Parts: sequence; C-alpha cells; structure tokens
Amino acid sequence: MSKEKIVLCEDLADVMPPEYQELVETATYGNQDRGWKDIGSSKELIEQHSLCAGCPESIAFRYILASLPAPENTVFVGSTGCTSLVFPHVAVHNIHSLFGNQNAIASGLKRTLACRFPDVEKDVVVLAGDGATVDIGLDMTMQSWFRQEKFTTICFDNELYANTGGQESGLMQKGFVAKMAPKGKSFEKVRLAEIAREAGCAYVAVLTVSKPNRVEQVIKNAVLVAREIGPTFVQLYTPCILEIGKQSMEGLDEMKDSETIGGRFVQKEYITDEAQKLLDSIKEETKARKKAAKDKKTVTA
Amino acid sequence: MSHYEVKPGPEAFLPPAAASMGNVLPDPGEAHIGGKIVPEEEAYDKAARMILGAKVPTIFPGPLVLWKWTDHVAEKAKAIRELAIEAPMRIIPMADYRPKYPKIEAAVEINPNHPNLTIWHNKIDVCIFIGVHCHMANLSLKIIRGGTSCYTIAMCAMSGHEDACLSFRDADLAMIEKLKATIKKLKSEGVESQAIPFTQFKMSRSGPIVPA
Ligand SMILES: Cc1ncc(C[n+]2csc(CCOP(=O)(O)OP(=O)(O)O)c2C)c(N)n1
Ligand code: SF4
Ligand SMILES: [Mg+2]
Repeated sequence: MSKEKIVLCEDLADVMPPEYQELVETATYGNQDRGWKDIGSSKELIEQHSLCAGCPESIAFRYILASLPAPENTVFVGSTGCTSLVFPHVAVHNIHSLFGNQNAIASGLKRTLACRFPDVEKDVVVLAGDGATVDIGLDMTMQSWFRQEKFTTICFDNELYANTGGQESGLMQKGFVAKMAPKGKSFEKVRLAEIAREAGCAYVAVLTVSKPNRVEQVIKNAVLVAREIGPTFVQLYTPCILEIGKQSMEGLDEMKDSETIGGRFVQKEYITDEAQKLLDSIKEETKARKKAAKDKKTVTA
Repeated sequence: MSHYEVKPGPEAFLPPAAASMGNVLPDPGEAHIGGKIVPEEEAYDKAARMILGAKVPTIFPGPLVLWKWTDHVAEKAKAIRELAIEAPMRIIPMADYRPKYPKIEAAVEINPNHPNLTIWHNKIDVCIFIGVHCHMANLSLKIIRGGTSCYTIAMCAMSGHEDACLSFRDADLAMIEKLKATIKKLKSEGVESQAIPFTQFKMSRSGPIVPA
C-alpha cells in the first residue's frame, strides 16, 4: 500500500463511516515530518483500543503510530498478548504471528518486501510483549539480530504476562510477586538491551512512554537505522496497571517513578558508530530541509 | 449425491459450515443455489428474483470494493452503485472487520463479528456480499444463517462461498453489470420490486448528511 491507495472509491465514498472519511482527509500518511504533535489536530492511525482503561500500552500505541516515518509503507508484526488485541483497530498493515514467532515472521516478510518492491522502502516493525520477546520468542528474537535482519523490534515491557493473568516473565523484577507467580521471581530482570547490543543491534533504546517527544525520537531513530544498517531494538516500559494494582490514572506516575535516577527505566541508548553517523546526517538533512522551507515561506510572504 | 441445503435461517446458534456437510464450490461458469451447483445463468435469474421480491434488499460492499486499490475497482464500485439504484437496494458498508466498541451503528454499517445486529435492525430479508475478504464473509454468512431469516447472496470474486444461500464465483465487473441487466429485464417483463421505499443514507466526515 502507498499513500496514493488510501483513497475511497468515489461511487461508494458517501456511505463510508465518518472515521474513514476523516482518515482519508486528515491523516498524516506521506508527511515526512509527522510526529506526536499531530495528535489532536489530525486523524490518528488508531481508532479505538481494547486495553484496560488507562493502560499505558494505549498511549504507547498512539505515540508510535504518530511517529512512524512512513506508515503507508510499514507493516507491523504482532504477537499474542494485550498488544495483539489492539491491531484490528490500527490503520497500518499488520500481521498477527504465532506467540514468540514474530521476529522469524518479520525476517521473511522484510526480505520478501525487498524483493517484491525493490524501489520502495518498506519498513517492518515487530511490536510484542515481553513474554513474546524475551521468553517464548527469545530464540527467534536473537537469531534475527544475529542474522542482521533489517527491521525494528519493539518490546512493550510490562514485566509479566498480562494477557493471561500475571505470570512471571524474564523481564519481571527479582522478588516481584504476581497473581500467577506467588513465590516471587527468583532471578534478576533479564538485561535485554545489553543482549540486543551484543547480539548485533545497531540501535538500542530503553525508556518509558511518559514523554511523547522521547518516544517519537527513539521510534524514528530505530526505524531509520533498521532501513539502512541492521536490526534495532526498543524496550518501552508500559506498566500493567491491572496486575500491579494501580488505578487508571496512576500509570503515568508509575512510569515517571521508574525513570528517576537509579530506576529500572532511566532512558539509555546503545548506538553503533555507523548508526550514529547516519542519525547525525539525517538530523542535518532535516534541519536544512526545514530551514529551506522556512526561507521559502518568508520570501513568498 | 444429496447435498446439504443452505437455506435462510434461523438455523441454529452455530450452523454447520456447509463445506463440512459435503457441499462443494462451483467450477468456473457455474454458481450454486442453496448448495446445489447450477449454471451461472440460472443463478442470475434466481438472484434477481430474490432481490426484486424482497422488502429490504441490501448490498454489503466490503473493503475490496470500498477502497480505490486500482482504477478497475473504482469501475466495480460504480457498477455496484448502479445495481443498487436499478433494483432499488440499500447500501450498507462492511467498512472493516474490527470488533467495534461499544457496538456498531446498525443502521449504517455491518460488521462480520455480529452481522445479525444490522440484519435485525433494518429487517433486511435479502442481502448481497461483495468485496468482503473470504474468511470474513464465511464467518458472517454463517452467523446470518444461524440467527436471522435473511437470504444471502455472495458476489464472490474468488471461488464462491458454500455458506451463502446463493453464490456466484469469479464475479467481475461484467457479472455485476449482468445482474443489473437481469433485474432490468425482469422489471420490463412486469416483475415489480417489492422493496419498501427508502432514502439511501449519506455520510460525511462529521456524520450523516442524509440520515438513515
Ligand atoms: C504458542 C502460544 N503459547 C502460549 C500462549 C498463551 N499466551 C497468550 S498471551 C501470553 C502472554 C503474553 O505476555 P506478553 O508477551 O508479556 O504480553 P502482554 O500480555 O503482557 O502484553 C501467553 C503465554 C499462546 N497464545 N500461544
Ligand atoms: S491487562 Fe495490563 S497490559 Fe493488558 S490491557 Fe490491562 S492494564 Fe494493559
Ligand atoms: Mg508482558
């Protein structure tokens, strides 16, 4: 799909529900400067969600969808878990994969898209929970990094298996007691970001979703580095308020607490020299383009 | 071989998939009526008569004909509109397949997860599925047969649907036009449309401009 295809047939357009008419008219497909600030002023690429009220995964979805560099040329690969229930409401192509298989599916998909559309940059983005990424799917996750598959892996880290009622996950903190893990976790939270770096990811970031501008930058970095260089990994803390006993309004505070000095989710990035060079050049190009546009505007005015 | 007759329901909470009862899909040039394989010609006549005899005949166009994937699809959409005007039939879109919350607006949309709501609400007695992805059409057709008395027609662009009461296959632009022509011909022969008079609703970005 390209943005030219996001058009309704003229003869049936007037029976389409309003949300689609809005999607066609005001969504930011094709806008290379799209970002979280479009939220509220243009049609978002998520219509509704099926998560618990106040679940931080919902705001994470909104920021990610607003930040993708080219949603019209992106395919998500999801896996079973709370995230998978959201994809039917998302206006970006997506594939649901068998639990844990997401990075294997994404590898094949990325290679196929590269053959099928040699002249178009097609971004593949895996979005799965911590259980899918680090436990049942760790083999597929790491093998794709070893093989230097050029796509982004995003892990919604809520530190347990939320969708099945609160079982222990590798990303759970040591000692944590959950509904289905009554004895408490006996080993440390797996250091997935460091594993990703050592396994060959060119760009790795860990953060919470408390600050939209940070999420936007990280997602853009990850997708653009994956296009040009190799695998990238983003770990986002999206606490499961239901399983840790928080109210709907308390997700944001939980994320803020966890990112203060000494917290588990103080923002960190691992960037290879090659990836840094690319990001620097993209930054320069964007700056020059925006300046040129501004100058042109001033001249015309 | 005797076949399982795919009749309008309500059949049961969970009617069997017609394929599991031994029903097979038509070959090219054929269609099926109630599960019985017939020449395509026979199906045009039956479908046209069912549409004209219905009180609330309705077309459910799906994403494959609602979005302008190609110029050819736009031509199909035009033909669907013309078919609706000729009959006359209402058009209610199956715009997507997501489970809508808290529930769909049954007067102006249909959803494969609970198509019975739209059929009940509008008292639809004959419907045509067109441009709905196969697996979603199968799901809906079975739910409709399970819980409603609506007669279902599938204008399928692939191999046809066992779970519809009548199914065409390879339904391209020419076939949509042929169904329209058949309706027109029957009307000229004196078969009158029994459709209850209605106004087709129209939507804009901010909601209905012509209410349902
Ligand atoms: C192959 C397979 N194994 C197990 C399951 C059961 N299952 C469904 S969701 C889930 C856990 C999901 O946890 P996570 O990936 O952390 O996502 P969350 O729900 O926490 O967002 C499991 C084990 C499954 N659906 N498929
Ligand atoms: S169970 Fe937890 S992670 Fe899943 S939707 Fe609810 S709050 Fe979010
Ligand atoms: Mg989880």
